[in-house]
Amino acid sequence: MSFKKLLTSAVGRKLTMGATGLFLVLFLIVHVGLNLCIFANDGGEMFNRAAHFMGGNWVPRVLEIGLFFFLIVHIVQGLILEMSNRAKRGIGYEKSYGNRGSKWYSRSMALLGILILIFLILHISNFWLPNRVHQGFLLGEEINLYDRMKVTFSIGWIVIVYLIGLIALAYHLMHGFQSAFRSLGVHNNKYNKLLTCIGRGFAIIVPLLFALMPLSFYFGWLS
Amino acid sequence: MSFLEMFDVLNERLIEEGEDPIAFDHDCREGICGACSMVIDGKPHGPWAQNTTCQLHMRAFQDGDTIIVEPWRAKAFPVVKDLMVDRSAFDRVIQAGGYISVNTGNPADANAIPIDKKSADDAFAAAACIGCGACVAACKNSSAMLFAGAKVSQLALLPQGDPERKTRVIEMVAQMDKEGFGSCTATGACEATCPKGISITNIARLNKEYMRAILSSEEA
Repeated sequence: MSFKKLLTSAVGRKLTMGATGLFLVLFLIVHVGLNLCIFANDGGEMFNRAAHFMGGNWVPRVLEIGLFFFLIVHIVQGLILEMSNRAKRGIGYEKSYGNRGSKWYSRSMALLGILILIFLILHISNFWLPNRVHQGFLLGEEINLYDRMKVTFSIGWIVIVYLIGLIALAYHLMHGFQSAFRSLGVHNNKYNKLLTCIGRGFAIIVPLLFALMPLSFYFGWLS
Repeated sequence: MSFLEMFDVLNERLIEEGEDPIAFDHDCREGICGACSMVIDGKPHGPWAQNTTCQLHMRAFQDGDTIIVEPWRAKAFPVVKDLMVDRSAFDRVIQAGGYISVNTGNPADANAIPIDKKSADDAFAAAACIGCGACVAACKNSSAMLFAGAKVSQLALLPQGDPERKTRVIEMVAQMDKEGFGSCTATGACEATCPKGISITNIARLNKEYMRAILSSEEA
């Protein structure tokens, strides 16, 4: 079963993790672009129009199904890999290797992923779920997402959870971005170095832009 | 005095005292056979970079230091006794596909097949793997991907490896899974630990070879 091996072998599982991870990276680019609309500083008009387009057009809706599918595959494969890998050692070492010549975040991808998942559950229940429920499915009216953000991000603990989730995302991407390309077979060092640089930039800039949203509302930086 | 000579002295003393000597693997004591497998103070092959246990010397430590020595720890490498582990899992991974087909009879002329220098150099660098298992011992997942990556790359880079190119990678990865090695998280611990400096680039090449072999396979 050739295709089954892509999902079940040690190498195949990493290939699916890399491919789904890169799809999620594309989603982050779209999401952060939409979020930046709040900085038009027009009382949320541009942001709400963008949100209306994303919710009302069938193309993003179809892509949204794919997004959830890939997200679930990424989470399930990640958890299976982590549990399976942990079981491979057997008896542990008396003395730890310390940093093992590697970065702590590269050894903590599952933990960072779980933190991101907790953040995502809160984020989806804050915005996506109420918006989709109202947007034509049940109640036939749209939520003013900009106003909802204003209310949500006036609560201190929510802002803190968002920031923790985004820091976890930053470190997850710091390793995951370039590692995904390696998993997909990019072995040319010229590209690996370039992808590592792009990955580091992406891992810093994108979560920072995301973090600007709750911070801007909480500290009243927007008029 | 080398680290293994220190063990020789220790074992002589234990035998004189009527106790069992400590069992440990060793063979060439020249850093090329990969037999000496010890985790020394938490690091496979000890504190020196790109070095095997047999090439480690006692000057790496201070007088009076307590040194903790452990065997490789991985389910795929069961401990035989003390510091000896059974690494035959590596042999079976090689048997699964780490070979090439050659005609019998007189040896072929050397250099009869042109190979570009870069490929020859990369293949040679991958072939430097001595199969010691330090990559498995160092990896948080007990993954053998650096070992398998080196073996697959070495043959994938050379025209002699072409006939079994697709089946090799599929069979070796399947055997790796069967033996109970973990998968790669690309932390780089294996590369940092490898006594021969094998690059994790070989793991990415293995991933590419695997993907190509699976996608182009006729098997449904």
